[in-house]
This record gives sequence, C-alpha cells and structure tokens, in this order.
Amino acid sequence: MQSAKGTAHTKLWRKPFDHEQKAAKPGKVVIDRERCKGCGYCVEFCPKEALKMSDELGPRGYTIAKVADQSKCLSCGLCEIICPEFAINLEPGDDKK
Amino acid sequence: MVTVTSKPIDQYLRVDRMPHIWCAGCGIGLATSCFIRGIERAGLDLDKIAVVSGIGCTGRVAGYVKFDSFHTTHGRALPFATGLKLGNPELKVVVFSGDGDLAAIGGNHLIHSARRNIDMTVICINNFNYGMTGGQMGPTTPLEARSTTSPYGNFEYPFNLPYLVAASGATYVARWTVLHLRQLERCIAEALVKPGFSFIEVLSPCPTVYGRMNKRARGLDEMHYYQEKSVIRNGADPKEADIVLDGPIVVGKFIDIKRPTLWDYRRQVLDKALEQKKPQAEKGAVASQEQ
Amino acid sequence: MSDNGVLSGTFFMNGDEACAEGAISAGCRFFAGYPITPATEIAERMSERLPQVEGVFIQMEDEIASMNAVLGASWAGVKAMTATSGPGFSLMMENLGLGVMLETPCVVVDVQRAGPSTGLPTLVAQGDMMQARWGSHGSYEIIALVPSSPQEIFDLTITAFNLSEKYRVPVLIMSDEAVGHMSEKVVIRQVAPDDLVSRKRPRVAPEKYQPYKPDKDLVPPMAIAGEGYRFHVTGLTHDERGYPAMTAEAQDRLVRRLVDKIRLNRKAIIKYEEVSTEDAEVIVFAYGITARIARHAVQQARDEGIRAGLLRPITIWPFPEERVRELARQVKAFVVPEINYGQIVFEVERCAAGKAKTVLLPHMGGAVHLPQTILEGIREAVR
Repeated sequence: MQSAKGTAHTKLWRKPFDHEQKAAKPGKVVIDRERCKGCGYCVEFCPKEALKMSDELGPRGYTIAKVADQSKCLSCGLCEIICPEFAINLEPGDDKK
Repeated sequence: MVTVTSKPIDQYLRVDRMPHIWCAGCGIGLATSCFIRGIERAGLDLDKIAVVSGIGCTGRVAGYVKFDSFHTTHGRALPFATGLKLGNPELKVVVFSGDGDLAAIGGNHLIHSARRNIDMTVICINNFNYGMTGGQMGPTTPLEARSTTSPYGNFEYPFNLPYLVAASGATYVARWTVLHLRQLERCIAEALVKPGFSFIEVLSPCPTVYGRMNKRARGLDEMHYYQEKSVIRNGADPKEADIVLDGPIVVGKFIDIKRPTLWDYRRQVLDKALEQKKPQAEKGAVASQEQ
Repeated sequence: MSDNGVLSGTFFMNGDEACAEGAISAGCRFFAGYPITPATEIAERMSERLPQVEGVFIQMEDEIASMNAVLGASWAGVKAMTATSGPGFSLMMENLGLGVMLETPCVVVDVQRAGPSTGLPTLVAQGDMMQARWGSHGSYEIIALVPSSPQEIFDLTITAFNLSEKYRVPVLIMSDEAVGHMSEKVVIRQVAPDDLVSRKRPRVAPEKYQPYKPDKDLVPPMAIAGEGYRFHVTGLTHDERGYPAMTAEAQDRLVRRLVDKIRLNRKAIIKYEEVSTEDAEVIVFAYGITARIARHAVQQARDEGIRAGLLRPITIWPFPEERVRELARQVKAFVVPEINYGQIVFEVERCAAGKAKTVLLPHMGGAVHLPQTILEGIREAVR
C-alpha cells in the first residue's frame, strides 16, 4: 500500500468498518467579512483547500476569503488560529473540538 | 466597532476596538492569538494578568487584549513592568513588545531584567524593522537587508536575541515564527507558568514595509520562507541561532533552566540579614527570662 | 521606632535622610533609584529602611528605569518615590510626562547641584527650577515643592505624597545640595492615618469603569492592576475609556483637563511663607537654601530702617501668581536671589507686570549667597 508523503490521503483503498464514526465531520467555518483583510493565510494553509480568495470586496475594501467547499472541512481548526484578524470561527462538526 | 458574529475568543479581546490596526498579513495578530490561547492553556487567573507594552506596532497589543494593560513609552516596558511586579508580586506580568523597542532603545533594560531573573514573560515580536514608523532598520535587521534607513543594504551586524538574553541570565529562552502556531501557544503557556525571566522571540511577517523592501511583499511570501527555511532545534545553543538574510532560521526552545528569581534572592538575603538584626531588647528579654 | 518600623521622636539628620523618613511616614513603600550625588543618601537610607517596613527597594540600571519602575509600582497600588539630581532629572523627563499623562501618583525628588551637564556634582545650585515646570514635552501642569531645611523636607515629603495621591499627578520636591547635606534637628511626628491621603478608588463595577472619567474635581478615580477592572491606559492621547483617540477634539478635552486639574485647584495647592510683608517697600522673593540667608538679610535691612520683607514660596509650581501680583501693587521692588543665572525671577517679573521693579541677584552655583550680598541688593533696590 502506498501512502502519499506529507499529505492526508483522500482515497482509501478499503473503507474501514468504523469509517462513519471516525471520519472527521466537516465543521462550519464562518469568516467575519468586517474583520477579514484578505491576507490569504487561511486559504493557503487549509490542508483540504476548503477555502478560497473571492473577488468580493469586504466593507473595508479588502478582497475577502470565503468557504470554497464546506464538505472538505476536517474541523482541524487551523484556519481559526492562523487568521491574524480573529475573523474566523469554526463550529466543529464533532461534539468535541 | 462591534462585529455581527461573536466568537469565543472575543471574551479576551476589546471587541469595541476591532478590527485592529495591523496590516493584512501582519503576524502580530497571530502572536496575540497564540498568546490568548496560551493563557487559556495555562489556566491563569485573568484578573491578575498585567500586559505592558512599548511603542510600535507590537506595542498596540496591550490595547486589544482585555486585561489590565499599559501602553508605556518607547523601550521602557520592562522597567515599568518591574515596578508593577515588585509592587504586587501576585501579578502575572507579561511584556509584549517589538524588536526595536526591546533591543535598541530598551536594550539596557532587557539585559538588566534578564540579569535579575525577575519573574515575568517577555514576548518579543521580531519583524526585523521599525514597522510603525515606516520600515527603518533596527538592531535585528539582517546584514544587507533593505530598509528606509539602509537603502543600499544594512551594514550593521544584527543581534541574535536568544543569545543576548540567555547570556544576560534569562532562564527560559525560545524562538518561534508565527507559522509555528501550536508550538508557540504551548511555549507561551509554559513560559507564563515558569517562574523567572522568560523570553520568547516571535518572528513575524511585515509585508507592508520590511517584506516589501526585501522581496517578500506578501505576508504569504514570508510565511512560505518560514515554512521552507525554519528548522526546529530544541535545546540548540542560542549562539548558533544567528539569522542571515534569506538564510535558515533556527527555532525551538533553547534554554529552560532553574535559577532563583529576583524575589527569591531578595527574600533569602533580607530574611537572613533582618533575622540577625533583631533588636537587642528582644534578645535581652529572653536572657532575663532564662535568669 | 514603633512596631511597624516607622520612626518617631527627635533626631539629628541631614535633609536627604529626613526626606527618606518623610516618605516612610507618608506610607511610601517602594523606592527605585540610581546613585547620584547629592541624592544618593536618600537611596541608601531607603535601601536600609524599606525592608524594615515591608517595603521594596530596588536600584535600577539608570534613572530612566527608576522613573518607570516608580510608575509601575504606583499602578500596582503602592506609594512610590525616586530621588535624583540634575543629570538624572533630565533623563527622567520623558517618563515624568508619562506619569502626567497616565495620571500616576508618585514623588520625584531633585536634590539640585550645579549644572549644566556634569557641573559641580557635590555643590549646591538651584538651576533646575524651570526644568521642573517645563522639562517634559507638551502642555501640562505639575506640582513642585521647595524645602529650605531638613525639618521642612520631612514635612513636605508627606505633603508631596498627599498632593500626588489627591490630584493623581507626579509631585516634585526641588531640594538642593545644601539642604540635602546639612544636618539639623528633625522632629519626626507620628502621622495619623487620617492625615495621609490615598488615591480615589473606583465606585462602580468593573464593567462600567472608565479609567479617565473625571469627578467634579477633574480627578478620575484610579483602579490598580490585579483587581479585575481590566483597564487599558496609554501614553497616547486618549478618551475617557483609556483608549487611544487620535483627534484634535480628544486632545483638547484631555490636555485641558490635565492642566485645569492643577490650575483650577491651585488655591488648595499653593503654599508660601511671608515675613514682615504687611508694610514692606521691598520684598525678597527667595526659596530653598537661599531663603534662609534672605531671612537674615531682611532682618538686617529692617535694623537699618528699610521696610523689607520676605516672600518664600513653599509651592513653586503652580507659581504663587496672585500673591506676587498683589504685592507688586504695594512694593517698589522685588529682589530675587537665586543660585542660577535667572529662572524664577522671570516668573516674578511676569507677575509684577511692571508695577514693581524686579532685581535678580544671581549666583552661578557652587556656594550659597552671603547675607551681605542680599542686603546690598535690598539697599540698591530701594535707592
């Protein structure tokens, strides 16, 4: 079995029996339009590329980040802690963070 | 202005002052966010935290966190914090300031505070220049780096802050970049709880000035540089942590030793001396009782 | 010495020592300083006495650090003091301004010596008087007291702490090397707790507290670190919440209040002593050590038949303007002996507003005036 170095595998050659319970559930990422300054850290460092830079301008004139694909989210919380503006809030899919 | 959605982290922030003034891509917000999570992790009494900052972009941190905070004069956060701590030793004193503030104008106070091993935590955000005033070189600007006061390239050799502070006597010295979010959070939590002078250097992008003048105009460029060039060497000798322009960056926890703090030594010395100097009358009274 | 380490009784001590004891009697429990002649004895005495009264002494790495440590300790809720001389006083200026801006109660003693620059480190002068008023940048008011004996410096140090706590402003004690190093009888009285003033405390809950919302007397109640008020204070121009406010309107509100806080309360702050001024035709305006010599010269002048008097400011800043203006209508001349080349004389001249002559009797420093010099000045002034 090959494992891709340094990346989370997205293709499983066999689904584990407890996949439904163990697989990370997508969280809800909320990006505060008023605080976002479009630095791009969340987009760049999201391990699943679930976020993207949009063309939309926020109320302060910055191009802001948006959720690209909610279903890819792993609730890892990196976007929340890598945002320098305290603009991102993650509501995790799981009960515990 | 208060934003629409409220987040758990907002309880630690002065939300009526959000969004903050730091530029898009600036790492100070990240360091502040790690700081707040470090405080949570350490389980501190929030009412006893006193944040003291100096002047500069990093100095503005004091104004955004919801603790007793003091935005003092340039370079003088450390002596102010010393007075606070000696006036009320129960305070958990944190100094949050920049590379120019702490190591240039405040350099003398930095080495003396480390020498005394006074119990406080210093978070020094190093963005390699004086950002607030437009990007002048500072004591940590790498050799040959461009800045507004070194337009041909900096010809001064910079400080190696962990080396300087460790040599002066600090008992906890670490360096991380703002990309090392989890390590920085843990490091801050550890430093906050540890008695003695703890110094954490945090490297940060400064895209608007330093980055732009040194071919890393986007915060992302600097973050990629950290990603590619930083090397974690816990326990490394700080002497080997020099930073050269575009070169490798050694990060990690370098020093974590035990040494009595200023207060410990003070108590030790005074208790011994004042015990010996107890008034003669008392000793006489005991003697007469024995008779 | 009483149980708590505070002295009382009659002693023979010099001005510096008396100042230290005054601070301790006033409740000062923190001193941060740096050695400098002729103020070192204050630090030395505090280093010995503070641990005896459960206070903290620390020698900082320079005067700038000392001033800041004093501010920090005050914000931790402790009455704090530092002492220095001319060169150190100059270094402290920026952070004296911080003390004014943050409205921090504290006491700074300047035992003046001859300047400028290193000057005569061991010899007397009165050359920092204007610096006391204008030394830091920006528009502000400050309180400065001038003792002329070891006994008086003991008493005035207590007054200084009381004023600083009441008005939330650094208070300066402009001593000099002669007063600081002369030894005389000092009666240290027991100071009743009611005679000591402490800063006003907040009366509202922490969520409602605004660090710079003033009461009617223009002085805001002061929270200290560690009590849950979660305040923010800054040296930047700020609003009542303590947050930076970068506008001309905020500047106007703040600077006016910081200055008016002292100016409008000046009647309660200003103190001076008058000797035979009721019928005087010439008044000697003298302060500090010079006032003691002037007293003698005034007496000699009276013996010669000259109607001379002495006006001795105890508070030099705010300046006793009203009294000088009043007396200017009565006298022919003010004679101002000072150990500098003219500083306070300009204030006297300004207030006299041409109604009376103002004569400066300068001494550059290094020694005090002779009574003869002042007597001749008096004679000359009424000729």
